[in-house]
Amino acid sequence: MPCTWVMACAYAPSGCAVACGGLDNKCSVYPLSLDKNENLAAKKKSVAMHTNYLSACSFTNSDMQILTSSGDGTCALWDVESGQLLQSFHGHAADVLCLDLAPSETGNTFVSGGCDKKANVWDMRSGQCIQSFETHESDINSVRYYPSGDAFASGSDDATCRLYDLRADREVAIYSKESIIFGVSSVDFSLSGRLLFGGYNDYTINVWDVLKGTRVSILFGHENRVSTLRVSPDGTAFCTGSWDHTLRIWA
Amino acid sequence: MTSNSNLSNMRRLVEQLKLEASVERIKVSQAAAELQQFCLQNAGKDALLVGVPTGSNPFREPRSCAVV
Repeated sequence: MPCTWVMACAYAPSGCAVACGGLDNKCSVYPLSLDKNENLAAKKKSVAMHTNYLSACSFTNSDMQILTSSGDGTCALWDVESGQLLQSFHGHAADVLCLDLAPSETGNTFVSGGCDKKANVWDMRSGQCIQSFETHESDINSVRYYPSGDAFASGSDDATCRLYDLRADREVAIYSKESIIFGVSSVDFSLSGRLLFGGYNDYTINVWDVLKGTRVSILFGHENRVSTLRVSPDGTAFCTGSWDHTLRIWA
Repeated sequence: MTSNSNLSNMRRLVEQLKLEASVERIKVSQAAAELQQFCLQNAGKDALLVGVPTGSNPFREPRSCAVV
């Protein structure tokens, strides 16, 4: 990669390409190949151009479109083949740090969280912000849709995770403890949505019972901040990445 | 002119707020009940919740193998 920090990466739904980006302000798509002799760097295609760092990227339901969020305060939808900007989403007052697409195949919405403490839900086709939630007290580092698509959770530097219901249009739960003072870097739900996993900057992972609002367990193992966390698609395990240079799989 | 741009920003904000205010909302009690129902319906399939039978768990402690 031509820049120092890669801040976001995503697999294409077909598994044939990877998109990544960071301080180079761009999102580039690399086609994958099992042929060791192929020079993959030469096949790189620059898709997105922002005026500040790329904080997150995700393919939509197809390999042909990518959604990006950036430190310039906007999110954008790009066509991979032509590199054309299809839609841009303005509304955040500060850097946008994370985004997540709604889970259904017909879903046309996505949620983004930013340094302005707001989580916004957008309509991908019109570019409109349809709902906005501002209850966090600090930057929102991670947002993730609930498996049914009717709610989403967010993790923030204010050391809390919160659950927002989209149809009731409000925050419905806060997952916090007085003893937790470090920010949450990443959140994800288990397959049924009963458990919410949060990776924290105090090197631990807290597991919350989504319905009861209580902590189920705390996991130790990393020797530095947990920076990212994702549950596997089949729900049997989850993986965490950390500043201690390791990726750990928990099952 | 800053006063003009402030005015247009405010107008845009008002439009956005009007849009958001007109969204149809349901009661939290109903929303919560539906979230709960979804959870409980899918809880059986959630491996991180109920655990997998030790036979199929690829991460279980390795036991000794007998060479036949």
